[in-house]
Amino acid sequence: MNAKLENKIAKAGLWLIGFFILALLAAFLGYILYQGLPVLSFHFIFGKSSDIMAGGGVGGQLFNSFYMLFLSMAVSIPVAIGAGIYLAEYARENKMTKAIRLSVESLATVPSIVLGLFGMIIFVNKMHLGFSILGGALTLVLLNLPMLVRVTEESIRTVPRSYEEASLALGATKLQTIFKVVLPSAMPGIITGITLTAGRALGETAILIFTAGTTVSRFLYDTDVMAGGETLAVHLWYLLSAGLVPDRDQIANGIGALLILTILVFNFLLVLPLKYFQRHSVGSR
Amino acid sequence: MKMNVENLNLFYGEHQALFDVGLEVPEHKVVALIGPSGCGKSTFLRTLNRMNDLIDGVRVEGDIKLDGEDIYAPETDLVQLRKRVGMVFQRPNPFPMSIYDNVAYGCRVHGLKDKKKLDEIVEKSLRGAALWDEVKDRLNASAMGMSGGQQQRLCIARVMAVEPEVVLMDEPCSALDPISTMKIEELVTEIKKDFTIVMVTHNMQQAARVSDFTAFFLNGKLIEHDKTDVIFTKPHDKKTEDYITGRFG
Repeated sequence: MNAKLENKIAKAGLWLIGFFILALLAAFLGYILYQGLPVLSFHFIFGKSSDIMAGGGVGGQLFNSFYMLFLSMAVSIPVAIGAGIYLAEYARENKMTKAIRLSVESLATVPSIVLGLFGMIIFVNKMHLGFSILGGALTLVLLNLPMLVRVTEESIRTVPRSYEEASLALGATKLQTIFKVVLPSAMPGIITGITLTAGRALGETAILIFTAGTTVSRFLYDTDVMAGGETLAVHLWYLLSAGLVPDRDQIANGIGALLILTILVFNFLLVLPLKYFQRHSVGSR
Repeated sequence: MKMNVENLNLFYGEHQALFDVGLEVPEHKVVALIGPSGCGKSTFLRTLNRMNDLIDGVRVEGDIKLDGEDIYAPETDLVQLRKRVGMVFQRPNPFPMSIYDNVAYGCRVHGLKDKKKLDEIVEKSLRGAALWDEVKDRLNASAMGMSGGQQQRLCIARVMAVEPEVVLMDEPCSALDPISTMKIEELVTEIKKDFTIVMVTHNMQQAARVSDFTAFFLNGKLIEHDKTDVIFTKPHDKKTEDYITGRFG
């Protein structure tokens, strides 16, 4: 076979694979949005849910999703950035750091249901938090941490060594160098990592069923961290497996569409400032 | 003598990279370090502001004095030392920040906050590095958008802003085109009245053009050092002559 023909066939093959994946994605998204969008209304998105009667909303669940995401991120981001800085900048290559890295990687591959059961034993039972927003948020931290630590470490490692040398040669201390030069340069990578992690946490169910529970506070938008912490994704699972409301299929469809839309909006909200940030600090070439 | 090096030995783990080096750096002069790749001249340069400390497993023996004080003494303040002995690197390495912030960086980390004072220092340093006229209208633009030659002059301005006494230059022109190289060379001749300069270079003509003293390194040993015109016209050592006339290296 001549090389030109080979090239054409390979190109067509790759194009087909790409098209297939895009089509698959489009079909999924299209189906979910087609089923779910008609259900969405102001009352559905922000209203109170109902246990027996039709016509309930998902306001409490939506609020819980973001509230728990916020709480878990507030704990995991500082810890992960600290650990990432330590691993990338201070740790020497020895058995200790290898062990830390190995544990982080193993933790990242633990199935979320295992983390959920672990969280239930530690936070819900031993620490008597019960099925609560706090219990769920703390368990989510376990899910977020490994990925965030890795992303931070890797983003910091990609910062050119020459920036660091230049800063140290000007008489800056190691700490000043990290906070004024290294971290700002690593920020785009870290923010991307945070977005991905947050997206995953927003859609998480297995962890939360056993730690945050399948109930929601009877007050809408309840900031009490000991209240029941059912999230959107958990509500979806719960409705379809044990829901009593007659319109549960519509609500489930609506939640599907709403989840996709929130993740979309959420990514935009995080990515737009990032673009702004890049333009202004790193600058265009 | 501004700096004085005696009996300097340096090891990377087991491997010895510098052997018994002794060199004097007179104030307000330019000292060029020449020699083939891997001869230890960059390693030597980096001992002068202790940048080798950043590399694991480096061990330094011997005396390096700045104004008569041993810079490897346990009580040496590294921040203070690097403020007094600045460094310009081989590849231009401005920070991904604005031109202004790059120049102000050194002063800011040393605690200067006064905006007016910073403005003055930035202007003075950029003028000193012959860059002011080219960038005065875009001080807030990113330094990454400048040409390589401008970036290197920015790095020199950034070093000048902290008012060091000695400036170390590690092949500052090796990544630049001839015109930018010429500008940097003019700059070096210009600023030596305020600073003492030690410069590594691969370019023999450059050493001859800008330096007052030249030191020739080979395989980690300092073969000889003398006034530049002596080294280039009647070197004492056969190896120096061979290198300068291009017979090896």
